[in-house]
Amino acid sequence: MKRGAHTRTSRRASVAWELAQAGVVLLAIVGTTALLLAAGGYAVDSGLAALWRGSMGSWYAFTSATLVRAIPLMLTGVSVAIAFRAGVLNIGAEGQLLAGAAAAAAVALSLDGLPAVSVIVFALAASALGGAGWASIAAFLRARFGVLEVISTIMLNFIALHAVSYLVRGPLQEPTHVYPQSSTIGDAIHLPRIAGAGRLHIGLLLAVGASVVAGWVLRRTAAGFRLIAAGESPSAATSAGGIDVMITTTLTFFVSGALAGLAGGVEVLGVTFALYENISPGYGYTAIAVALLARLDPWRVAATALLFGGLEAGAGAMQRDAGVPSTLVTVIEAALILAVVAVGALRRRSSVPDAATGPIAA
Amino acid sequence: MTLPHSHDAPVALALRGIDKRYGNVQALSAATLEVRPGTVHALLGENGAGKSTLMRIAYGLERADAGTLLVWNDRVRVTSPAEAIAQGIGMVHQHFTLVPAMTVAENIALGGKGRLDLAHVARRVDELSTLTGFALDPNARVEALPVGAQQRVEIAKALMHAARILILDEPTAVLAPNESTELLRWVRVYADAGNAAVLITHKLREALGVADEVTVLRRGRTVLTAQRDEVTSDALTSAMIGEELLSARPRSIGKVSRSRSSVEVVFRADRLTLSDTTGIVRLRDATFEINAGEIVGIAAVEGNGQRELLRALAGRLGPTSGVLAHPPAVGFVPEDRHHDAVLLNRSLSENVALRGAGARRGMIDWDAVSAQTERLMLEYDVRAESANLAMRALSGGNQQKLVLARELALESSSEQALVVENATRGLDVRATAEIHARLRTAAQNGAAIVLYSSDIDEVLLLATRAFVVFDRSVRELPLDRERIGQAMVGAT
Repeated sequence: MKRGAHTRTSRRASVAWELAQAGVVLLAIVGTTALLLAAGGYAVDSGLAALWRGSMGSWYAFTSATLVRAIPLMLTGVSVAIAFRAGVLNIGAEGQLLAGAAAAAAVALSLDGLPAVSVIVFALAASALGGAGWASIAAFLRARFGVLEVISTIMLNFIALHAVSYLVRGPLQEPTHVYPQSSTIGDAIHLPRIAGAGRLHIGLLLAVGASVVAGWVLRRTAAGFRLIAAGESPSAATSAGGIDVMITTTLTFFVSGALAGLAGGVEVLGVTFALYENISPGYGYTAIAVALLARLDPWRVAATALLFGGLEAGAGAMQRDAGVPSTLVTVIEAALILAVVAVGALRRRSSVPDAATGPIAA
Repeated sequence: MTLPHSHDAPVALALRGIDKRYGNVQALSAATLEVRPGTVHALLGENGAGKSTLMRIAYGLERADAGTLLVWNDRVRVTSPAEAIAQGIGMVHQHFTLVPAMTVAENIALGGKGRLDLAHVARRVDELSTLTGFALDPNARVEALPVGAQQRVEIAKALMHAARILILDEPTAVLAPNESTELLRWVRVYADAGNAAVLITHKLREALGVADEVTVLRRGRTVLTAQRDEVTSDALTSAMIGEELLSARPRSIGKVSRSRSSVEVVFRADRLTLSDTTGIVRLRDATFEINAGEIVGIAAVEGNGQRELLRALAGRLGPTSGVLAHPPAVGFVPEDRHHDAVLLNRSLSENVALRGAGARRGMIDWDAVSAQTERLMLEYDVRAESANLAMRALSGGNQQKLVLARELALESSSEQALVVENATRGLDVRATAEIHARLRTAAQNGAAIVLYSSDIDEVLLLATRAFVVFDRSVRELPLDRERIGQAMVGAT
């Protein structure tokens, strides 16, 4: 963390270090992809070309494919990062995202008629509340009965999935009762698109804003420091810091859920315009990888979410254009995480503390 | 040193000439213990005298560097607890080795061989219950049992394996007084049946109450072995703490001079009663005052209530009843530094910022924190390249100096109050001396300091007044090693 005594040179050095790390990660991706393509008997050059085309090859691909996917990954990535930093192993971003999506769809559809801006605001607020509410079940079980949140949140993911499945066949189903989905939200209530950037919507600003604010809170505020201390050592936080660890972790859990819920709301209002079962291709799970690769630092999450957004966008193109199964990208993502964990284990032995070092990626 | 038994007298358990060295610490040198059949043998000594090490060797948990072990007059080699159990030796540890989520029968079945027949184990538990009068319910879950009952499960576990020699490590430390009486009565019955019991303890009254013979260890050597009737509590105390030290200790070096004209009370306790987290009363009706400029040394044997007393004084534990007045911000240097005092993976600055973090609002000015940290590092001679280094990178002594600096860093030095618990444990001589000097300086500048050390010499070295905590009560004593030593083990 760039704190007080740092000189300008060391600041510059650490920026260079960050860039070097990013370069290594990108090289590793290209190398791993090439290796996996070759191992699978696919043409390496056309596979890589398709990956590039689908993610960064054109302005359209970058904005409408990569950035659009990066938005929910950024929000859920920040959600996971702050939770893990507080020692709350929230694996439930997926379920919280779904709860947020359902809440946003319900509010957007039922408030049809009010001024569009206020419907958008209410729907997004509802998605955040929905996500926080869903997380609060696990938070309560943890605080009251000591139930491990790793287990409760992952179970709540399945419940959320099936609850959405029920909603789109029951209370929220479209009026003809043919398709398992909700009605489509009116055009006026869609998140405005960013001019000249294809399907990219202003959810990007929310996502980047969440990353910036969360990173700032962790670095600069007393509340953020309490969160870090509670995650680092609950006993020392309590004894030496007089920190109420229970309150700190529970609040963090709520905020984490709210951010994941917001991701769901932004998806519904910005991309899908309706609620249906497979509204998330596992954003909440990929978010764990996004957060870990960012070493649990919300600022770096903005970059890793972009990277993973690009990988997912490129995976589609590889499948279409080069016949490479898109699951290959899942393997690459998993390999990246293993690499990050291994590097983290090495870093832990070094003596320089890192802003993003947390209980897992440390 | 006298050894009353000739070597051909029957022994149940004998350890002769045992040496044990850990690194450059000689834990035991030619230690000897002989336990005869049908007796309760008390093994006495101060903390770190080597009692537990000696018994861990008998139970196969440690290997002796030299010496012989006899079980029922036969020379044996015991290199693991399994072998000890096969020889009929059982050990009840101070910290139980039970699985909390399992039932009594399941716990007792653990370590058995071959097929698991819980019904059979349950029947055996019932038989044992009848035999011992323990009233154990084989189907009760261990975590639901009170501590005394858990201990009886531990004993039953040993008896299941037909233990005829039972080693009990500080068995009454965790028990309420009436439970202790009951346990000791049972130990007596067990020994009378022709078995042998070794009772590791540092409570004199207990040793004299139940034992037939007593062995005292001091600094790894057997300094006394005697029949109970042959010794007085005074003789045992001197054997434990060492006569040569009683009079020779320097008294005046570096003592805080109390020149303040008006006495300013910093801590005041009135009929203070404290309970631990499980609700057991650990300290009863303590009344005392501690003034600015004083270092009050607390002397106590583990588990007598000093842990709770220190946490209450540090504002970390509320009274069960009575009154305790203390300043709003009391510095606290806890015993387990890594667990309770520092964030090992965070920077030194962040560790300094940790104090009071719970009450802080708004933003943190890290530049100011860094500057403050560097100031403290300079003032307290904390050797580290920068305040941005991780706490983990520092030596134990430097970590402790920074913790002390942080806990003493208050706006006004006259308001200072500090509670320290085994502050120099694990530190080298130099770091220890530095910590001692800091504490004296702080007191001279008007801080009220409460210091607990399990090393009585450290208490005597630094304290201007001494409190002894024994059996849940606090008593002030003059700074006299012998009297404090006796009071610590309840010998007065």
